[in-house]
Amino acid sequence: MKQFANLIRTIDGTNKTTLKVEALADYFKTAPDQDKLWTIAILSHRRPKRPVNTTLMREWATDISGIPMWLFEESYHIVGDLAETIALILPTINESSDKSLTTIIQELIELRKKDEIEKKAYLQENWLKLNYYERFCFNKIMTGGFRIGVSQKLMTRALSQATGIDKDILAHKLMGSWTGENTSFQELIYEDNEVAMRGKPYPFYLAYAIENEVEDLGNVTTWSAEHKWDGIRSQTIIRSDELFVWSRGEELVTDKYPEFQAFLGKIPNGTVIDGEILPYKNGEILNFNDLQKRIGRKTIGKKLLEDVPVIIMAYDLLEWQGKDIRNKPFQERRALLEQLLMDLNQRKGGINSAQTSTSSSSSLPIMLSETMTFDSWNDMAVERSLSRKRKSEGLMLKRKDSPYLVGRKKGDWWKWKVDPLTIDAVLTYAMRGHGRRSNLFTDYTFGLWQDGELVTFAKAYSGLTDAEFKKIDAWIKKNTLERFGPVRSVTPHHVFEIAFEGIAPSKRHKSGVATRFPRIVRWRLDKPMEEANTLDDLKALIPKDGS
Amino acid sequence: MSKPLLQFTNKGIYCDPAGVYLDPWRPVDKALITHGHADHSRWGHKKYITHHDNVPIITHRLGDINVSGIAHGENLIINNVKFSFHPAGHIPGSCQIRVEHKGEVWVFTGDYKTESDGISTPYQPIKCDTFITECTFGLPAFKWQPQSQVMDDVNNWCAQNHADGKTSILFAYSLGKAQRLIKHLDTSQMKIYCHGAVYKMTEVLRQLIDFPPTYLITRDTTKEEIAGNIVIAPPSAHGSAWMRKMVPYVTASASGWMTFRGARRRRAMDKGFVLSDHCDWDGLLESIDATGCENVITTHGYQEIFARYLREEKSLNAISERTQYEGETNDESSQEDTSNNGIHSAQASSSGSSSNLAP
Repeated sequence: MKQFANLIRTIDGTNKTTLKVEALADYFKTAPDQDKLWTIAILSHRRPKRPVNTTLMREWATDISGIPMWLFEESYHIVGDLAETIALILPTINESSDKSLTTIIQELIELRKKDEIEKKAYLQENWLKLNYYERFCFNKIMTGGFRIGVSQKLMTRALSQATGIDKDILAHKLMGSWTGENTSFQELIYEDNEVAMRGKPYPFYLAYAIENEVEDLGNVTTWSAEHKWDGIRSQTIIRSDELFVWSRGEELVTDKYPEFQAFLGKIPNGTVIDGEILPYKNGEILNFNDLQKRIGRKTIGKKLLEDVPVIIMAYDLLEWQGKDIRNKPFQERRALLEQLLMDLNQRKGGINSAQTSTSSSSSLPIMLSETMTFDSWNDMAVERSLSRKRKSEGLMLKRKDSPYLVGRKKGDWWKWKVDPLTIDAVLTYAMRGHGRRSNLFTDYTFGLWQDGELVTFAKAYSGLTDAEFKKIDAWIKKNTLERFGPVRSVTPHHVFEIAFEGIAPSKRHKSGVATRFPRIVRWRLDKPMEEANTLDDLKALIPKDGS
Repeated sequence: MSKPLLQFTNKGIYCDPAGVYLDPWRPVDKALITHGHADHSRWGHKKYITHHDNVPIITHRLGDINVSGIAHGENLIINNVKFSFHPAGHIPGSCQIRVEHKGEVWVFTGDYKTESDGISTPYQPIKCDTFITECTFGLPAFKWQPQSQVMDDVNNWCAQNHADGKTSILFAYSLGKAQRLIKHLDTSQMKIYCHGAVYKMTEVLRQLIDFPPTYLITRDTTKEEIAGNIVIAPPSAHGSAWMRKMVPYVTASASGWMTFRGARRRRAMDKGFVLSDHCDWDGLLESIDATGCENVITTHGYQEIFARYLREEKSLNAISERTQYEGETNDESSQEDTSNNGIHSAQASSSGSSSNLAP
């Protein structure tokens, strides 16, 4: 634990990427293999299931600290991180534990089976044997989401430096459903184990948004355009008569979409398709909101399957006949993909087309995302302007000869999203942020006018500069009306321009409207709050069906 | 019911029977001043009364003012009200003010800390009925390490930077924190260079305290001279063009706020040392206990949370009051005199506005 806590302390103490990579690489060179494996697991959000819920952790920590629960909660709102709050309020000790990271994690795994009295005794005993940073790490392993400014990319880079293995190859090895419990460092990093690789997805290739003029991309005919569908980016793997569906967040979601089981026996083994999971019914793409109903569910009922059926909108082919074809040009991969879907179509039943319903047993829930080539950037811009109507977020531009790269890269692929919709709304509630924004009010709720009142329509917490946040924070502290735990209502006064990607009617929202990815564009100091938009203005932005 | 001995008014803390203010934030006729920080000793009062040690500090900051000094424990009687100044341990010269009238005793802490820092006269608890206490760090999350331990860390950090051929820039308030660092820095291998605001304040304090030599960074100071040494600067100098002369450098902040990871990361410093001139949680509780008081008024800080704790857990009559003191700000620009001469111009600060008077 000492070495791991020191690593986290070093990473935590710098904002320079090179120093973080250096510290990590150093750790990967010197730490015991099993600790390395767990470190990779923790930093890639594969921590073991927590043995104790956070409510009990709070109780047991306040118990030793001798402070009342409400004071713990107040402190937590201000500190902004549960693991850190617990580490801070416990009595200071100057001891340090000799247990290794692996030992601690194994104990935590064992702890799951124990009863509450034993759990309490274990936590309280260990809290008092660890120094501040060890305690913080110990808590963080349990409370989850080890977000400390180390991205997967950065960690892979460090691991590559330490092992000498190419970082793209490492990125692939680190994908999938391995855990610290079912593999070893040796197996994960050095061995080419067929069984382990069977369900493993390739690292996703992600695009940046176009920064300047689209014309700067050069000759328009060297680019293939397609719509950027608004669903869940996914990878569908068919190998050894088994189906694996991965989301872009590296979550295995096979069980959530039982309709894709139909691919087995139809799509040949050794095929990997990059595509978008979309809610699709009666020849039409549904709203993202509908898909959201399926995302959160553990069990998918029959009714939901009928109400919100899904399809794969296929973008790309990454593996064909058991071979990794990511280095072939996009055009060639697409040709293979189109051939595959055409063959499926010609076979009995055929694939889903606009006229048939997915519920029909004879069709496969997969469609081709159409690619388009344009003669001029202008024509492409016209197609982009139709994106909302086509239920897409804009266009994806892919160089026709581009390989399928690893991670977010510039150059060969670009997102050209539609301009967001915007509306001017009034700040009504504020909450303290987390992480580097802890102790600052940075999470805001916004309202729009309706009959002389402000109706909440969205929450947003990004888009302002640190200096602006600081100013608003100071203003909020002076203009608080009421407190509700961490949330404060403030005097309605400030107007902000809020941008969002999509909009749809919603029964779950008080305003009757759901917006996609709302964020702050600017602080409208020039606008008095009376001039902010109304809820009706917002509703007028909802696309009319069939128009 | 009679009026309380000390009242919170829009000008500051007011003693009605004596007609004087304690650390007022708007211009008044007669002001009793606890210490030299800008939010406690503001410009524009007709008469300042403070401890002897504060006189040079306040005149350095405010220029030509009418000020008289008083010794620790010396009684000052105004209209039958007995005032006396007692060490607060916050920064050199800092005092608590004891107020006694008709057998009732109030103590106003100004800012204070319980640990002896080696440059300020150490804090002494004063028995009282009503204790007006700051609570800048009034949360159980704040627990200070002993100064010797923190200074070991600071010195090790500087030595490591020196070995790496880098200059160590330490950001600290130019009055108080800067001198506390200067006093305890290991100068056997390195020299201490100072930003103008820090340098001049340190020169003023040399009348009271022995410090190792410090060097002013001027236009003529060369890059080579500074390289690998230590630089002390006010937080507002962070990120300014002034720092170019110190390349390659590493930066650190010394403040109680460095307790929080979020604050450390937000600050964009290479290193954060938890070192404060205010009480931590235990320090506040011990001090209150030692006064034997029945009533507590909490001011600047987490005053509402702290007052609730004192009411519910310590059975004290505790209330919170709003003031315009800032304590150790979680912000980089406040409470600092960073102009070259450290003197506020009358223009900039005589408007009588209640805003922070730091430039």
